[in-house]
Amino acid sequence: MAFLKPISPNTSTTRAPQSQRRNEPEAIGPGTMVSVTIDGATTEVPYATTILDAAKKLNIKIPTLCHHPDLCVAGVCRICVVEIEGMRNLQASCAYPLTQPLKVNTHSRTVRQARRHVLDLMLANHYGQCTTCWRNGNCELQQLAEEYGVDMTRFGSVVTPKHEIDRSSYSVVRDMNKCIGCRRCVRTCIDLQEVGALEATRRGAETLISTFQDKPLGDVVCIACGQCINRCPTGALMANDPTDDVWAAIDDPKKHVVIQTAPSPRAAIGECFGQPPGTALTFELNTALRYCGFDKIFDTNFTADLTIIEEGTELLMRLHRALVGGDTTAAVPQFTSCSPGWVKYLEHFYPEMIPHMSTAKSPQQMFGTIIKTYYAKVHNIDPADIVTVALMPCSAKKFECNRPEMAASGYKDVDFGLTTREMAAMIKEAGVDLPNVPPSEFDSPFGTATGSGVVFGATGGVMEAALRTVIELVTGEKVETLFENANIMPVRGFDGVRYAELKIPKVGPVPPILQHLFKDFEWLNGVTLKVGVAHGTANAKRVIEDIKAGGKFSECHFIEFMACPGGCLGGGGQPIPTSPEIRAARAKAIYAEDMGYDIRKSHENPDVLRIYEEFLTDGPCGHKSHELLHTSYTVRGRFIL
Amino acid sequence: MLPAQQARLAADIAELADHHGRCRSALLPILQGIQRDHHQISDFAMQEVARQLDIHPVEVYGVVTFYSFLNTGREGRMVVRLCRTISCDMQHKDRIARQLENDLGIKFGDTTSDGRFTLQWAHCLGMCDQGPALLVNDQVFTRVNCEQVHEILENCRKTFTASGHVLTTGHGHGTAKEAFAR
Amino acid sequence: MSTRNPILFNDIPAESGLRRALEMHPLDIVAEVRASGLKGRGGAGFPTAMKWQLAAAAEGATKYVVCNADEGEPGTFKDRVLLSDFADLVFEGMTIASLAIGATGGIVYLRGEYTYLVAHLESVLARRRQANLLGNDILGRKDWNFDIVIHLGSGAYVCGEETALIESLEGHRGEPRNRPPFPVNTGYMGRPTIVNNVETLCLAARVLARGATWFRQYGTHASTGSKLFSVSGDCAKPGVYELPMGITIADLLVEVGGLGAKAVQVGGASGHCVPSRLFDRTLAFEDAPTGGSIIIFGQQRDMLAVARNFMEFFVDESCGQCTPCRYGNSVLLDGIERLEKGTCSIRHLNELKALGETMELASKCGLGQSAPKAFLSIIEHFHDEVLGREPPHFAA
Ligand SMILES: Cc1cc2nc3c(=O)[nH]c(=O)nc-3n(C[C@H](O)[C@H](O)[C@H](O)COP(=O)(O)O)c2cc1C
Ligand code: SF4
Ligand code: SF4
Ligand code: SF4
Ligand code: SF4
Ligand code: FES
Ligand code: FES
Repeated sequence: MAFLKPISPNTSTTRAPQSQRRNEPEAIGPGTMVSVTIDGATTEVPYATTILDAAKKLNIKIPTLCHHPDLCVAGVCRICVVEIEGMRNLQASCAYPLTQPLKVNTHSRTVRQARRHVLDLMLANHYGQCTTCWRNGNCELQQLAEEYGVDMTRFGSVVTPKHEIDRSSYSVVRDMNKCIGCRRCVRTCIDLQEVGALEATRRGAETLISTFQDKPLGDVVCIACGQCINRCPTGALMANDPTDDVWAAIDDPKKHVVIQTAPSPRAAIGECFGQPPGTALTFELNTALRYCGFDKIFDTNFTADLTIIEEGTELLMRLHRALVGGDTTAAVPQFTSCSPGWVKYLEHFYPEMIPHMSTAKSPQQMFGTIIKTYYAKVHNIDPADIVTVALMPCSAKKFECNRPEMAASGYKDVDFGLTTREMAAMIKEAGVDLPNVPPSEFDSPFGTATGSGVVFGATGGVMEAALRTVIELVTGEKVETLFENANIMPVRGFDGVRYAELKIPKVGPVPPILQHLFKDFEWLNGVTLKVGVAHGTANAKRVIEDIKAGGKFSECHFIEFMACPGGCLGGGGQPIPTSPEIRAARAKAIYAEDMGYDIRKSHENPDVLRIYEEFLTDGPCGHKSHELLHTSYTVRGRFIL
Repeated sequence: MLPAQQARLAADIAELADHHGRCRSALLPILQGIQRDHHQISDFAMQEVARQLDIHPVEVYGVVTFYSFLNTGREGRMVVRLCRTISCDMQHKDRIARQLENDLGIKFGDTTSDGRFTLQWAHCLGMCDQGPALLVNDQVFTRVNCEQVHEILENCRKTFTASGHVLTTGHGHGTAKEAFAR
Repeated sequence: MSTRNPILFNDIPAESGLRRALEMHPLDIVAEVRASGLKGRGGAGFPTAMKWQLAAAAEGATKYVVCNADEGEPGTFKDRVLLSDFADLVFEGMTIASLAIGATGGIVYLRGEYTYLVAHLESVLARRRQANLLGNDILGRKDWNFDIVIHLGSGAYVCGEETALIESLEGHRGEPRNRPPFPVNTGYMGRPTIVNNVETLCLAARVLARGATWFRQYGTHASTGSKLFSVSGDCAKPGVYELPMGITIADLLVEVGGLGAKAVQVGGASGHCVPSRLFDRTLAFEDAPTGGSIIIFGQQRDMLAVARNFMEFFVDESCGQCTPCRYGNSVLLDGIERLEKGTCSIRHLNELKALGETMELASKCGLGQSAPKAFLSIIEHFHDEVLGREPPHFAA
């Protein structure tokens, strides 16, 4: 099955039209090199390397707009044109493969003139003011305008906006007045995510990036992943920003404002403050948030651990039903449910697979529920006066917290989802220089977190955390005896689709926390646990199709799905830009943080154990936990009304 | 759209897909078939095509809006397309345009209220030596003068068959032979 | 020796080219075409033999011959004439090409405006299949299997551009691809594909029928053979003319009864406007190239209105993919409006000229690269006419 070759997120799929990609000229055998001279400097590059990449190698900067390291080549903006000796026309360096020795000039008169014109034309059709734009200071168009000394709009400017701003989605706001037609969002949505909410429509001067029948984004099939936001070079796409409401809650003395922070934003927020990718600022962030005025700061890792207990227990129950009871409705493999974009994807595209989805809420939502029930009770606060805010790497979390299903406490579990970028803006507004504040701890009673919660941020992390717990609970042995330092390497990495098998070598007695559910684990003795990992919904689709076709993933027991390439650390709310390198750096920070924890397994978290003793007294997957910590899903389908 | 209409449209689309295949390259022939038979590629039709070909509805929408002979809105059963390009322009296409507007009682881009005629501009129809030229569905008319406009429209009403197709003559009015200058 | 109708409209026995090709090795067919010096008649003038040779050399069991019958260039209608009166010759040419490159599939991309030709073309195809001129083991030559289907366009000029045409065939928006690689390597469905103009294929059949030397006796050294000219506009006898390559504009005007013209647009909307003082220029690839469109403007014509008509065409027909063309055409059209109103400064006009140069150099495909040409040449040759106009007076 060729398509099961790991598809890394920066490989395009077959979906995009050929015009949106550079066809790889058949390689003349590996190792063939071509020499190229750019601005007088000569180098050798592998056959079919683009001029742009060759220039990078020579440290020559060529501006780009439609090019993105995660996406197939488009060659549409023409800002990257260069002059090739012997050719009359300028060529797009991002799309031109070197198949013979060439001499290239990247800043001849015609090249500079062409770039100025391309910018002038874009700006002449651009409506927006940098001072009021959320991408001010982080906009590729703005930056190029500065670099190329644009000092006037030679070809006029837009006086009245042509397009209404689309705020229909809980997650993504579209302002097409700022769009430059680079189609990165289109390639993201069709290629990388295989959702297909966006496409170029019409033609000529009328060309517009739009949705099906120009419907509001909230009404079409969009999974709210926000990947398009992360790849848009301008302010045309942004997340639905609730910071004003959050400030208002903070300013309201009656409100008790609680924030939870997820691991991925902490590993990335430094990028918004000029730090290199991979700078973890977890404890500095606590200080900054207190300074902003949040009443309590909790670590989402706490409910990540809780999720693992619930989801792991659910997995064991399903396996028991399937392996012992022979129950064909047990819906194995179980799918992880913590990525709301993925959940929405399944609801739209494979609603018939919903039974496979773990009913456990995501850590964000579990936290919201716990705060408005357990925490409110313990601290004697009226839940109506509690505002829960979640700092998430994700735009789909905004959608998730608005799902009608998410109100088990009788209140909206989570009131506001903030992205990493929005949090950075709030911190800047409060005048805090985040990287240079002293670190401080999380608040109790949910102060203890484990490394397992942290690795949730990277693709494969949920699987790793679950395996650490399940293996220990079932075998009674330390996971370290199986995996060095408890690092389960087979599920790590950035391959788009991964598969791993682990044999359960022996079983131990059922630990107390699960004794209400199982008498023994003999039925798992010698079983080979098969697990899968996929990130980016295009890869998720591949796995689902394989399951439907009865391929090897249909024999899996547990599969982790993340909507975003790279997992949460590459979420749609993370700092811009993104690239495979940046995501790898963030992953490194996350795995380093994991190693730094004293407790690295969810079931060893004393605060989690305490909550089962004090509050969820009928244990994991018991009645109360079902009511509060589990949820249901909605069959959405693909039809757009 | 009524469920019964939807079902009929879906059946038509399935038939077209059976005929042209269920791959992306069948998209245009299928859309052309829908446009020909239903004078519109509706919201539902686009989604049904997308479902049959396993592509995204927005991709179908992108294609439909790209080609000027495909339309998401309802068109008349007969689409009158007048050439607006230079050679016909020099041969007074503006007068024909006014006459068409007067005789149909609509402006360019509009459809008559009885749903019969849609009036549109077209670019060069490849009849430049015999302009002004216009197309009515598949049929081409050349050397059109103002008097003929009425005649052409009336003829269209007559040749309009029960099946909803305009009978085509196979060749243009001004045949190629005539165009030769030997 | 008549120089009128020497090659295409000549009475040469049907299928003689195909029958000769049947006896030849594919490489020899390509060699014969090369010797003829035949260059593409679709506009770009790419040597046909080189295209065929590249496709023949490309690896792959499945290859395609595509006949570009999208004829959308304003002022061109010669392909329509060939398709309606010489359909057999077109298909003969495609069949020969299939033998030369080893293709099994042939596609005619016919513009939607020519839907009325489909019935005729289908009947010709059916007849050819019956006569074993198409199908399996064509004319008894073992393993020569080739058939032709007709694919209709849907009203998009840019789909005449060969890679946009392929995109359209594959069911996408007609947006030109990045090149390289070229269709000869990665064409329809990623397979080696040659895209040739209707006329080119017909001429290739004639080359095979009568030989390269016979073909070369017409035309110039760099532009061999004859050319079909679609003549329209202000002349006594508009129509399709077959004349040798290299004829001067003046001679052509004599032929068509267009004496006294003010200017001639050579090559349609994407071509140049040639003023009367340059009528001694020759119609050939090395001088004033044309895909066949010749539009004649009499003394009474307003050249700015001409430029406007062309520019509106491009604003509408650009695929909208790349920045210079998507927005540039509108800016040029706006410039024309300013000129019409007499409100265009020379400074702005110079800026527009520079923009035109950028569009020519930096656009992704031939459409954007040639869109400003008509405007630029009209500005250049008729600046007295276009500058400093009085604003038009509108009736109240
Ligand atoms: C915008 C544009 C439109 C074109 N339209 C046509 C056309 O209608 N017919 C055609 O034969 N070639 C057309 N061409 C040229 C084709 O791209 C291609 O060069 C030609 O089909 C090659 O055939 P030839 O080598 O036989 O000329 C067009 C090119 C451009 C850039
Ligand atoms: S998108 Fe960029 S250039 Fe446009 S207003 Fe925003 S910051 Fe400025
Ligand atoms: S949020 Fe995700 S699914 Fe929605 S348009 Fe953007 S990329 Fe597509
Ligand atoms: S919305 Fe952004 S990413 Fe999409 S085409 Fe416009 S500028 Fe590019
Ligand atoms: S030059 Fe024009 S037609 Fe060609 S790719 Fe660019 S926008 Fe499309
Ligand atoms: S970056 Fe190369 S064309 Fe846009
Ligand atoms: S200009 Fe009207 S048909 Fe060509």
